[in-house]
Amino acid sequence: MAERKTAKSKYTADRQIPGAFEGETVTRRRFMTGTVHTAGAVATAAIVLPAAGFALGPVFEEKEQPWQPVGKATDFTPDTYLPRTITIEPRIGDVGKSTVFVRRFNPDVDTEPRDQYNEFIAISSACMHLGCPINFVAAAQRFICPCHGGVYDFVGKVAGGPPVRPLDRFYTRVENGTVQIGRRFSVNSELERFSPRDPGEPLDGVGQYMYPSRPSMRKLPGT
Amino acid sequence: MPKLKLPVPPMPGRPAPKRPGKTYGPQTPREHGREAGTSAIGWIDERTSLSGGARWMMFRKVPKGTNWFYTLGSATMFAFLAQAVTGVFLAMYYDPSATGAYDSIRNINNEVFLGEFVHGMHKWGSSVMVILVFLHMGRTFFFGAYKYPRELNWVIGVVLLILTMTMSFTGYLLPFDQRSYWATIVGVNINGTGPFVGPYLSDFLRAGPDFGATTLSRFYAIHMMLVPGAIAALMGFHLYLVAKLGTTAPPWLRAKSPEKLREEKVAR
Repeated sequence: MAERKTAKSKYTADRQIPGAFEGETVTRRRFMTGTVHTAGAVATAAIVLPAAGFALGPVFEEKEQPWQPVGKATDFTPDTYLPRTITIEPRIGDVGKSTVFVRRFNPDVDTEPRDQYNEFIAISSACMHLGCPINFVAAAQRFICPCHGGVYDFVGKVAGGPPVRPLDRFYTRVENGTVQIGRRFSVNSELERFSPRDPGEPLDGVGQYMYPSRPSMRKLPGT
Repeated sequence: MPKLKLPVPPMPGRPAPKRPGKTYGPQTPREHGREAGTSAIGWIDERTSLSGGARWMMFRKVPKGTNWFYTLGSATMFAFLAQAVTGVFLAMYYDPSATGAYDSIRNINNEVFLGEFVHGMHKWGSSVMVILVFLHMGRTFFFGAYKYPRELNWVIGVVLLILTMTMSFTGYLLPFDQRSYWATIVGVNINGTGPFVGPYLSDFLRAGPDFGATTLSRFYAIHMMLVPGAIAALMGFHLYLVAKLGTTAPPWLRAKSPEKLREEKVAR
């Protein structure tokens, strides 16, 4: 029977390695291998990390959304919506424009608490099913989406079809008699304000946790 | 004692070694011309030994019963190559900016010589490729060709299917007409309905919370650089595994064991 190998000592000097120092535990070969691997990892990271950050940057960067005027306060009534065009992204021409539907706050139908940002109600034209453009049909007092038949009532709550939450809204304020539109926010079925979500993401129940808000777009703090 | 490699005597049928004082090979310009192709390939092969690999790849044994269904994989590859060639030439005329994309596509379709034809090849070829991918996948499934030892090739094939779908999705935006724009809005929002990571993924795809200034160029880069490179690399590995593992016989053919090894015939 072959003799069992005795466990190697952790000291290089005990293992008869030429030139070993007293108390040395790492061989020079192992040290050099580790050094080269570390240098390789640093060099790779120096290229990969900036490139990945470059591609992923917009996910973490907050988008600027300036207040923009949409007309005189006296233009709008509490009874019907007026379509107004706003610019979501100024650098891409017509593609960056979007429609909002604006009316005055109406205490008869609007149940949410009044504050400085909802004297005027501005409703986004993106359907909350998958983002197609909805239209306000005045005769029916409904918002209707042409793609898959989403229907919303006068305040933007879901009245039928596949949408998962009421239509998104925009903050509004009045400056010198002009109505201004700010950033977008999302609402749940109680019309509570949430940071803007994409269409198709419900906000009732566990929805708000399954579809977290993103650093790229938040609601105004304290609202 | 170290092993010695003894010189091997020339095999019968091999040319005899060259001797000094004799002339070999082509002499006149006409003979040189006739052998130009052979000698050029010989020059490369002498330095790379690629012919061995080519022979390994192309002159394989195939099982009895191999039929036309086995050509679906190659057909998919040639559909991809057609997309690559037409895509490269379309890129010469295409302008991936939100303000110029639609006009450049209109220019390709209406002004450029054969532009509508090449654009059409790319557009319809994408559908051909998706159909061929599914037929190839169905063939593999129904012939049981995904079983041991070919599971890894099935997995790579599924990744290639997903990459093909990514190509279809990102390419759909590029003409930048109404259909492209709204299909992309809807597609990105479908992607966003994935719980927890969906919202961040759609931010990544759009480069921001809304369709923005760099969304189109981002889709363009994914469509013509990122995914085609990944497809080409994985396709190479897919083919390597096919050559290494061989193809399966169709399921209606049973392997025949030699007569004398069959249990009922063996004398007890």
